[in-house]
Amino acid sequence: MRVTISVEQVRSEWVRRIEEVSGQDVMACYHCGKCSAGCPAAEAMDLLPNQIIRLVQLGQVERALESQTIWYCAACQTCYARCPKGVDLPRLMEALRELAMQKRGDHLEIARLDVQALAEFPQQAFIAGFRKYTT
Amino acid sequence: MRYFYFPGCTLETKAVGFNRSAKEAAGALGVELVTLPEWNCCGATFPLSTDNVLDLAGPARNLVSTAEAGGDTLAVACATCFNVLRRTNHFLRKHPDTLEKLNAFLERPQPYAGQVEVRHLLDIFVHDVGLEAIRRRAVPGLGGLRVAAYYGCMLLRPADEIALDDPERPGIMDELLAALGAEVVDYPHRGECCGAYLTVKSPEASMPMSYRILSAAGRAGAQVLATACPLCQFNLDWLQARLRQQYASYQPLPVMYFTQLMGLAFGLDPAGYGFEQHYVDPRPALAQAGVLGGIRSP
Repeated sequence: MRVTISVEQVRSEWVRRIEEVSGQDVMACYHCGKCSAGCPAAEAMDLLPNQIIRLVQLGQVERALESQTIWYCAACQTCYARCPKGVDLPRLMEALRELAMQKRGDHLEIARLDVQALAEFPQQAFIAGFRKYTT
Repeated sequence: MRYFYFPGCTLETKAVGFNRSAKEAAGALGVELVTLPEWNCCGATFPLSTDNVLDLAGPARNLVSTAEAGGDTLAVACATCFNVLRRTNHFLRKHPDTLEKLNAFLERPQPYAGQVEVRHLLDIFVHDVGLEAIRRRAVPGLGGLRVAAYYGCMLLRPADEIALDDPERPGIMDELLAALGAEVVDYPHRGECCGAYLTVKSPEASMPMSYRILSAAGRAGAQVLATACPLCQFNLDWLQARLRQQYASYQPLPVMYFTQLMGLAFGLDPAGYGFEQHYVDPRPALAQAGVLGGIRSP
């Protein structure tokens, strides 16, 4: 598999937008791995949280947007609580979700939700889910 | 003691038992919770993109309503609402430009200046009422019922904004439960995510997350898990039917709200506490410990 890393990609408009929307300097991460080690949803993910931020550091935004990882993030803030550099990874994940949805549409089709689930679930589950998975 | 109280959507519908037991337990401790007039949905998740100002308007409206009603504190039972309101308040205090924009948008008689304090009921009960007063009021008490306190994410993180307890080793709910006469059970994973909204689209992702919490509490000897969030309560309760299918040795564990346990400890009538809505019925475990209906078995 051929991967191209260039200054143009690392300093691309995508990366600039991600940093602006997340308010984070992605270069602050030095890959200690505490985020990935503590992430309770990591086993559902294809890429680990620190691998996502590594992709963004290298300007490989498309691969990050294609991951399942950003959708399995529950915004539990464990990574942010433990990051020794104070990188707000939940905000980065949110920026990536928003960018992915701008490009490819909503991650959840509300009209196709199970009606029985609608009756059983507490509404805060839907409000939060809709806000994370739709534009 | 009197506080304006924010119930949130779920407490008024799917989690009425939490709402009712919270207000009654508070009342038994001399705390009057006055539902904030014209409160609105907090949004259920704190908006994490820096340009998402509109999603702050909902929670901010509750803060300015509290100030308008003459309150300096907004008391919250639901951990998620607490987290959203508190983080919103913190953000607005730190970003006066955003606050100015929101004030212009909300068009209230007085602009909000960050003067309201958002506090969780655990904080109010333990620090304003005090453990001693709770201990005295806990008659008949919980009779040594073995309870594992589950904090989840929203009560704890980010710690500098939420500032309720130690994010890695919390104890405030444990202290309250001990004062109620429970035998508090220590176990790992008490501050880990149950899966939250992941269950809406991917319940299979929430399953191992909830399983870790429930099985650790069960192995530590808990008869009941206590929680402060309707979404945690739902995930940890509703998922157990699937956990029983997935994990051969899984033993069911009832998941209750800490305020339901308070009501029971104070001898209040649990009729409106919603035990019959739980997927894993807590009543057998409660009856076994002799704490159902406020009547202690001899």
